[in-house]
Amino acid sequence: MSSVLYDAPGPRAKRRNVILTVVFVVLLALLSWWLWRALDSKNQLEWKLWKPFFTSEAWTTYLLPGLANTLKAMAFSIVIALPLGALFGIARLSDHRWVRIPAGAVVEFFRAIPVLLLMLFANEIIARSMDVTTEQRQLYAVVTGLVLYNASVLAEVVRAGILALPKGQTEAAQAIGLRKGQTMGSILLPQAVTVMLPAIVSQLVVIVKDTALGGVMIGFTELLNGRQTLAAFYANPIPSFIVVAIIYIVLNFLITSFASWLEQRLRKGKKSTGAVLGPETVQGTAATGAGGGTM
Amino acid sequence: MFDFLSNYNDPTFLGAFWMTVKLTVFSAIGSLIWGTLLAAMRVSPVPLMRGFGAVYVNIVRNIPLTVIIVFSSLGLADIFRVTMGAGGDVKLQAFRLAILGFVAYTAAFVCEALRSGINTVPVGQAEAARAIGLSFSQVLGLIVLPQAFRAVIGPLANVLIALTKNTTVAAAIGVAEAAYLMKGMIEKDAQTLLIGAIFAFGFVVLTLPTGLILGWLSKRLAVKR
Repeated sequence: MSSVLYDAPGPRAKRRNVILTVVFVVLLALLSWWLWRALDSKNQLEWKLWKPFFTSEAWTTYLLPGLANTLKAMAFSIVIALPLGALFGIARLSDHRWVRIPAGAVVEFFRAIPVLLLMLFANEIIARSMDVTTEQRQLYAVVTGLVLYNASVLAEVVRAGILALPKGQTEAAQAIGLRKGQTMGSILLPQAVTVMLPAIVSQLVVIVKDTALGGVMIGFTELLNGRQTLAAFYANPIPSFIVVAIIYIVLNFLITSFASWLEQRLRKGKKSTGAVLGPETVQGTAATGAGGGTM
Repeated sequence: MFDFLSNYNDPTFLGAFWMTVKLTVFSAIGSLIWGTLLAAMRVSPVPLMRGFGAVYVNIVRNIPLTVIIVFSSLGLADIFRVTMGAGGDVKLQAFRLAILGFVAYTAAFVCEALRSGINTVPVGQAEAARAIGLSFSQVLGLIVLPQAFRAVIGPLANVLIALTKNTTVAAAIGVAEAAYLMKGMIEKDAQTLLIGAIFAFGFVVLTLPTGLILGWLSKRLAVKR
């Protein structure tokens, strides 16, 4: 194989690679041994701490309801943020300065603010002005924070998608006499959303990760919050962290795989203009999210 | 109108934002170092190192930062007694543990940015460099890295901005930074809108110039292909 950094290895390079591999294996082994010892000396490997995860009670009482709330917040957020993002993305491309500039300011503003601040703020505003139960309030606050941030990220995504379309699309639409709104609504936007679909799907990973903020900061009973109650009941903090981390990893891995499957499918499809923008398009802004949209 | 700002002394308004800045700077330095090491592993000729780098990045990127930060407090500090040399100073310990968490998380993104930078350099350039007799270190130092670094200023700027905003998560383990203060203020004070606006403004002040300066720099230094 060839790379910018090294050639196919000759005899000396091969020997060096073997030595490096051995050294690295030893380091990894030492690290794992140290981790194992540390876990063992704190009795975190005892079966009774892990056993709850093989009973249905731990799942039905703590983890699954938490996961359900995580997914619920994710679903609400994307369903609300997508049209809002499309609206602002289009507004930023408007021919009128009085539309373009305020839309740009709103998008840049909400991208500059940590999601956590938006959630805390929404939580307080809702508590003071709306008559809802605590549980509803927390969900509303989490979704509000996620929507404001992600709509502004998606606005950029949609804008990039529209700009990525060949100029001939607009010209052809004008040539057959479509008005600006018609061109956008029936020619450009549907294609842009298709083109950006993988990027939009991968934004779900950011949303899932950011729901955890609601769990620790405003008491929303999502997965991480469920872990806390579970660990308090079974006294197994380390195992519970590991199990919850695995759930997040699997969930996000499924989303990422779906996004790249979608991307491949779109690339193969003959109907599109050939432009497909993958998840990497939003990585800088989005994939980095937590409070930042915690990447 | 702004007198409520001085009603809070632990931390003060400026103290809280100073803490945000400190978290950002220390975490940025740490994740640059660890991220560069990871990137070196990911592009190394040793398959095992590449594998380790890939596994680390893919696992860490998919765990919420909040989980990592809470774990460093509850797991590392409470169970493993990792005190980071804070010697019983709980606040200092939380501060250092938070930085540890941010470094572990952000390094994965730094690594990916650096790796993509190396990938922007066409293989043909290295082949040409070897053909005229340059050694490995010359190819790396004169041809590949200069172009790679110029290509990653933009992505790294995005990582830095995200890190700045991500430091708010440290509030979850009691580090007295901006989000921590805002949570306290907003719960006690009636001027919710004003407080929200002030803290939002604080983050705009921190992130906007970073983005503008580094964005300008990355455009200026970009290698046109």
